[in-house]
Amino acid sequence: MSKVLTETFLTALVAGGLLAGVPLLLAALGESISERAGVLNIGLEGMMLLGGYVGFSGALYSGFTWVGFAAGIGAGMFVAVFMAVLCVRLGLDQIVVGIALTLAAEGLTSLLHGAILTERPRLGAVELVTIPGLSGIPVLGRSVFSQHLVVYLTLGLVIFTWWLFRSTNAGLNLRAAGDKPSALDAAGVSVVATRTWAVLATGALGGLGGAYLAIVGAGTFEPFMTNGAGFIAIVIAMLARARPFWVVVGALLIGMSLQLQTALQVASIDVPIDVVNMLPFLAVIVVLLLFGRRAYLPAALGLPYVRGSR
Amino acid sequence: MSDVAATAEHTVAAGRAGRFAALGDAGIRSVGPIVLALVAGAAILLALGRNPIEFYGDIVEGGITRTTGLQDSVTRMAPLLLIAAALVVVFRANIWNLGIDGQFLLAAAMVAGVGRDLDRALPNGLALGLLWLLAAAVGAVWTIVPAFLKARYQVNEIITTLMMTFIGINVANLFIKGPFRDFESTNVPQTSVLPVEQRLPDIPGTSIHVGIVVALVACVLVHFVMTRTAFGLRLNVLGANPRAATHFGLSVPRLVMVSFAVSGAVIGLAGAAEILGVWGYVRADWNPAFGLIVVPLVFLARLNAIAVIPFVALLAVLSIGGDLAARRADLPNDFLLVLVGLILLFMAVTEYLGRRRALGASYLTEGLVAALRRRKRP
Repeated sequence: MSKVLTETFLTALVAGGLLAGVPLLLAALGESISERAGVLNIGLEGMMLLGGYVGFSGALYSGFTWVGFAAGIGAGMFVAVFMAVLCVRLGLDQIVVGIALTLAAEGLTSLLHGAILTERPRLGAVELVTIPGLSGIPVLGRSVFSQHLVVYLTLGLVIFTWWLFRSTNAGLNLRAAGDKPSALDAAGVSVVATRTWAVLATGALGGLGGAYLAIVGAGTFEPFMTNGAGFIAIVIAMLARARPFWVVVGALLIGMSLQLQTALQVASIDVPIDVVNMLPFLAVIVVLLLFGRRAYLPAALGLPYVRGSR
Repeated sequence: MSDVAATAEHTVAAGRAGRFAALGDAGIRSVGPIVLALVAGAAILLALGRNPIEFYGDIVEGGITRTTGLQDSVTRMAPLLLIAAALVVVFRANIWNLGIDGQFLLAAAMVAGVGRDLDRALPNGLALGLLWLLAAAVGAVWTIVPAFLKARYQVNEIITTLMMTFIGINVANLFIKGPFRDFESTNVPQTSVLPVEQRLPDIPGTSIHVGIVVALVACVLVHFVMTRTAFGLRLNVLGANPRAATHFGLSVPRLVMVSFAVSGAVIGLAGAAEILGVWGYVRADWNPAFGLIVVPLVFLARLNAIAVIPFVALLAVLSIGGDLAARRADLPNDFLLVLVGLILLFMAVTEYLGRRRALGASYLTEGLVAALRRRKRP
């Protein structure tokens, strides 16, 4: 086992874990906002995929990575608008609409990819920001502290979300919208508006996550490239009980298990790819079996709010 | 006397008219979303620079009018119908088993893995029967974890069944590349091939295997169980109101486990039908992904295992004909996913409009109505 703990292995694992973990982190952070507000957003996978496709195209055609990220955010919010109008405004079934959005986004991005990106273009390497000093730490410094600017922005978002949940009125409103929407309504705050903002924020973060996956992670867009990441993010948000710092822990752990294949190859250990592929999902199931009873869900999660109904 | 007769006639007529109205209403709600989705799909095709009329024409040609088109479509119906029947059972209990692909693939892999050896050791009929049972058992076993988590800890089964699907696909691949691998065949790992004459027999005069008969019987059976038996009633009560089910003295956890297992078993049968009837083997990374595309049909059929049959027929035609159409239009064969997603969306919206009308309210949302009223009064 000694060859497992070599420097190259650890570097590959941690760097890869960060690369795969950041999209998960963004999506899970978004999901925890909408779950807090009482909207179970099953369409997250679709938001990530469309964000990935549009983000990649934006970066490809404009030549600027930032345009790509902005486009990805826009695409995620575009999908979220459907969720907000149909589920929050009209009170339709969140699960049916969520599955519909995911299926439609899967099919649409695959069609667009097949019709437009026939040349299978790739983006060049992205510009990384290296933090002076910290990146000099031996072994892991280089791989951890030399990242794309979005990664640092993501960490900022985690802290912002934590602060939002913990010490702002908006955070309190979000929580009330998920736990006791009638109380929020009685307090004179619109449940529909609160939930709409939450869903749009989820779309933005999911879209950004998808764009990161395509632009920085893969450098290209492939149909179905999220491969269940949206659903894993939903589980992370559930298990983290919508606490941002636990979302970080969960996303990085799952990200690392996603990247184990590469790291094991670096250490020249041969494990069947199918075993590695199912590790993140297996990890989720094991965690659910062990801590299932502690998974927190808001009382009104998944229920549309109808004023005056009991 | 004539008064009574007239009244009776009137009542009958009114009842008939009411029933027709209800049927028409249900028809609109079921067919409307499909029509709307096809129109929206045509718009997407236009935007991609393809001719939608040609595309839909190719679907009809490939799925119906081509020499083998109709037979291929009916053959494709067998697994789809079994999946639909399985989903009726759980959806009636308001349980979301979305782990269809995992249960289907694992059952298919197991059947293909042991199929030829079992067939050599036993008489053909007995072997096929055992393989159906094996598939059902495998499908049922794969639901245990999500069912347990749901029954015991109320963990959301949508998430867990999806996770189990991802795991199941990989486990199936592990088996195909490992113990079930047939090294005599091609370079791509695959199981041994069940000889064509040992597979499910065809319906005489056609190339349609008898799996479709099994599937139709399963639909009738599921419909009977869900509407005419105590078990069906219990599941319906559970689906309508879990708290009421508890007050009735029903064991909710046990019902959850059982309905999950039944649906998994029937989905396993779908895997058996596809392998024993059509393929005879499973190649690594094979995944027809029937699961989520059947879900909207079950809702369109209002969770009725008989009513789902025409919808499945339509889906089979779209799926078989879609291959040809996509090839001719030089597009990936994922248009079906878009169509199914759109059907689901329009279904939800139609449902909403119908509900509004039933309540005697307007089609417009409260906010829009308020806005319009405000404008009228200057």
